[in-house]
Amino acid sequence: MKVRINPELCQGHGRCYDLAPELFGADEEGYGQVLGDGLVSPDQERTARLAAANCPERAIDVEET
Amino acid sequence: MSVDDRFRPLEQGDVEEEGIRSEIITGPVSDWATDFSHLEPEWAADPYPIQDDLRQRCPIAHTDRFGGGWLPTKYEDVAAIAYDTERFSSRSIIMGNFRPPRDVAPVGGSPPISSDPPFHQHARKLLLGAFTKTAISRQEPATRAFCHELIDKFEGRDVVDAATEYAQHIPMRVIADMLGFPPEDGPQFADFVEDLLEGINLPPEDRIQRMERLFQYLLDQVHDHLDNPRDDITSYLIGAEIFGQKLTAEHVTGAMALLLIAGIDTTWSAIGSSLWHLARNPADRQRLRAEPGLLPVAMEEFLRAYAPVTMARLVKEDMTWHGVDMKADDWILLSFPAANRDPAQFDRAGEVVIDRQVNRHAAFGLGIHRCLGSHLARMELRVALEVWLARIGEFTLAEPGNPAAVRWSTGQIRGPRALPLKIK
Repeated sequence: MKVRINPELCQGHGRCYDLAPELFGADEEGYGQVLGDGLVSPDQERTARLAAANCPERAIDVEET
Repeated sequence: MSVDDRFRPLEQGDVEEEGIRSEIITGPVSDWATDFSHLEPEWAADPYPIQDDLRQRCPIAHTDRFGGGWLPTKYEDVAAIAYDTERFSSRSIIMGNFRPPRDVAPVGGSPPISSDPPFHQHARKLLLGAFTKTAISRQEPATRAFCHELIDKFEGRDVVDAATEYAQHIPMRVIADMLGFPPEDGPQFADFVEDLLEGINLPPEDRIQRMERLFQYLLDQVHDHLDNPRDDITSYLIGAEIFGQKLTAEHVTGAMALLLIAGIDTTWSAIGSSLWHLARNPADRQRLRAEPGLLPVAMEEFLRAYAPVTMARLVKEDMTWHGVDMKADDWILLSFPAANRDPAQFDRAGEVVIDRQVNRHAAFGLGIHRCLGSHLARMELRVALEVWLARIGEFTLAEPGNPAAVRWSTGQIRGPRALPLKIK
């Protein structure tokens, strides 16, 4: 699984880095950023889906690889 | 003493003089679908059944009050308007009987909340850094200590007002610190908030006078910061630039007004509504005490179900939108609370489910105007509830049989303004 943030949609609500700090961080203006290459280990898949499902802007893509 | 000739004394006409005024219409609403008013007591006491009814039979209500306006009640419509800055302007975001002149766009009176693209992103960028989750986390220890101080004062008492003796003071103290205003000015801030957000139907002379009082205060703070610059948002704004130029005086004081007003009664309301819910629901209270780790999830549900903030927009040009004929300068009352209770968007939308895991609510708005202070609000709400739950053994409404004992605010920010609780 791989996660991506669409920077056109992200408004910096920060739900992703609240809920899945191991996968997402914030830039210096608070916009969400994918940490590393965005690859999600099997034990993080649930958290990744939860973060995507809670993004008010629907800015997170979860891609099954 | 440093001189900065941007900040001249206030003159007559500086505040809300030019613009379009409409007739003030008050009194009982005849039909919520055709004559709605968010300023009547019925709405203040309990807006949710009204919104639920409108969502089923309308779903976009109209009013001739305030010079004409619309109230969408579906999540889908609220989101579409929040995203559509081409057709809906933020030139004024408080629905009332005064519309600022069209040429205040795209800056507006209190940037960036009152700004439209393309100016908006520049004004917003100036402030984002001060309100990130990381920047806000630095305020947490002082916020927690202050919450404890407030509860220390309850010693020996059976009944306290959680709205005026607890919830209100927390955001007031934190934003005063961030702006670099004297903490003892708190009571004045409460007046400013009430003047601006609850005095909507007052005569214009009254409103102008109240507004002048606020801007005079802000100007005094600017001068104090010019004399004694320090590490706070006021000094930062005085020195900040857009397009290589210092901000205008109106931009500086407008942004200060925004941070002060928007930072106070919104979070005051969120803390108060959450405590009101818990005081009436022993099962939720006990569960949160048993599982403190659930609080961040429960808090999002309180924000969804009791979203404190409704915004407004102005229609830019005549158009037919989602089946209704909107006229230029009609208001849109952009109800995030109504969107958050739309059953098409949320399962069990009308219930408070404190372990709701998927909660894509719009309490902090959607799109480019996402609440700048959302990380601050979340920190204050979490700390306020953590400290309250840890310190207050048990609490219930002081007068459960008397709904009038709890007084709710009127206008676009909703929360309890009197909340007597019996504590043990």
